[in-house]
Parts: sequence; structure tokens; C-alpha cells
Amino acid sequence: MQILWKLFTSFFKTGLFTFGGGYAMLPLLKAEVVEKQKWATEDELLDYFSIGQCTPGIIAVNVSTFCGYKLKGVIGAITATTAIILPSLIIITLIAAVLEKYMHLPAVASAFAGIRLGVTALLVNLIFDMGKKIFTKNPHWRLHAAIFSIAFALLMFGDVSAVLIVIMAAVFGFVPNLFGKNKIPFIKRGNKK
Amino acid sequence: MIYWLLFYEFFKIGLFAIGGGAVTIPFLFDLGEKYHWFTTEQLVNMIAVSESTPGPMGVNMATFTGYQTAGILGGVIATFGLTLPSVIIIILIAKLLNRFADNTYVQTLLASIRPGVLALIIFAGWQIARISITDWLSAAIFTGILIASRFFKSSPIFYILLSAIVGIVLQL
Repeated sequence: MQILWKLFTSFFKTGLFTFGGGYAMLPLLKAEVVEKQKWATEDELLDYFSIGQCTPGIIAVNVSTFCGYKLKGVIGAITATTAIILPSLIIITLIAAVLEKYMHLPAVASAFAGIRLGVTALLVNLIFDMGKKIFTKNPHWRLHAAIFSIAFALLMFGDVSAVLIVIMAAVFGFVPNLFGKNKIPFIKRGNKK
Repeated sequence: MIYWLLFYEFFKIGLFAIGGGAVTIPFLFDLGEKYHWFTTEQLVNMIAVSESTPGPMGVNMATFTGYQTAGILGGVIATFGLTLPSVIIIILIAKLLNRFADNTYVQTLLASIRPGVLALIIFAGWQIARISITDWLSAAIFTGILIASRFFKSSPIFYILLSAIVGIVLQL
């Protein structure tokens, strides 16, 4: 019971003091999970992150579930996950309630008109970074450019849902690798550890 | 029933949004278009609040959209729906697969999804730009912030605050 409470407070604190999510919470989790509580080594924590990144869902939630599960099984996983999302739930609900009341004030409306421009700029920034990561130093860039073009064309000219785009990209990119001389082995040998 | 629908839609987002908070944006766009729970303008406001408050951005977005749609309980249910696939999948992986992230099949699958996700985010960015950039002044402010954020890597919160101040000062 005591360990569950500790797990709860550690992840609640992380949720409360992380902005943005994902790798932004790595330093905080490292301080809590690795250095203070010694629940995992730094390598293990990094493993949780790399798995959290390539599984569906929010990275922060994935990592919390993983840590909690490793420590105390299913009940630990539920405790850590509840703790990491609880600050969000409380804070956002409060802000949403307050915003509703003040949104009609001219100053608030102006602020948000400005903020929308900022958000757009940040999004364009993210698109540049993502594009650079996908299309430079990538041996499969032709295939990936084709997937990108098909996805974009479908979005522009068809009424296709985001879910369908993800499934389409997965199938197009994955299936060609299973046959012929491009066949990939199941596990790549000689990776870290 | 609205709660069941919220749960179902956010469960789907939790299952298909792979790669972090911003990836949920195109999915939320779909929601807005399909059910008219919120306008594009409201969605962009929610993105701003989610980026500049504590907590994982994806979770914040779920709570906010859920609240906007169906009040406090709506926020809780949307967040629960978003989280549930993660919890189930991670527990299974922790149990069954030790070297999941090193698996070449997993890596290939992820690498193939990424260009699709890029297209999704560009498309969402285009819709957001269309409602945000309305005249020459806003286009100039947008360009200014974009250039500044390319050259000076600062936290998103800094740029969101900055653009709020610019908005108030210029009475956008």
C-alpha cells in the first residue's frame, strides 16, 4: 500500500511539473524514478521511453503504465497512469470553466487571436522538423515520399479519416518489406545491449 | 449517447495516434468535422491552452475537448478513453515482449506510418492557418513568430505568451 502511495505521488508530481509531455518529462522522471526511489535504472527508463514512443497513445501515459507495471503489476500500472493524468484533468477542467466565462471580453479574444498565430507558427515549425527527420538520411525515402504523397492526395481530394491514413501508411510501407530481396529479418542483431 | 460516443472516439484516437501529443491534432479535427462538437477556432484555442499548461499535451487536449463537449464528466470520459488503449497495450507488451522497440518489424511499421502522420499534420496545419491568418497584419505576425521560433529555440509557452501579448497590444 505504501509503495502504491509513493508511486502515486511521484507520478502526480511529474504530471504537475511537466509541460508538453513526451521527452519533456524524462528529466523529472529520472530524478524521481531512478535517483530518488531507485525503481529502475536509467537504461530501463530509456527503454520505457523508446517503447512508449512506438506504441499507440500518449508517450507520457505509456511510460507511466510501463513503470507502474514493472513495479507493482496491473494495480501499479493503473496507479501510475491515474496519477500522471490527474493534474491535467483538474487544471484543464478549471481553465476550461473559467475561459468559457471570459472568452467574450475583447482583451481575451484579442489574446487568443494572437495565440492562434503563435500556435500555427509552432505547428509549421514541427512540420519542418518532422519532414527533415523523415526525408534526410533515410534509405527508404522514395517509398516514404510515395506514402506521403498518397496520404496528402487522399486528404486533399477525398474525405478520408485520420485513422484510415495511418492504416494505409502502415500497409503500404510494411508489406513490400516482407517479400523478395528486400525481406527484412524479424530481429536486428547487434543493437544496443 | 454523448458519453459513450466520447469514450469510443477517444479510445480510437488513443489506438491510432502514434508518436506523441501533436499527432492527436488531426484526429481531433476529424471529430470537429464529424460531430460539430467544437469549431476549428475553438480547437486551436484548446491546443494553445494544452501546450502552455502542465501535463502531457495529448491528455490535456482530451480533457479539454471532452469538457467542451459534455462538461466535467465528458472531460473525464474522453481522457479515460484516450488512456485505456495505452494501458492495455503496454501491459501486454511488458508481459510478452522484452525487446519490442528493437524489433525490425516494429521499426519498419513505425517508419512507414510517419510520412502518413506528416501529411495529416500538414493538412491540419493548413486548416489552422486558414482560420488564424486572416489579413496582412496577421500574416506578418505569423511570419515573425515563425522566423523567431526557427532561430531561437525557446519553449512553446514562451511563444504562446508572446503571441498573446502581441494580440492584445495590436487588438487583433
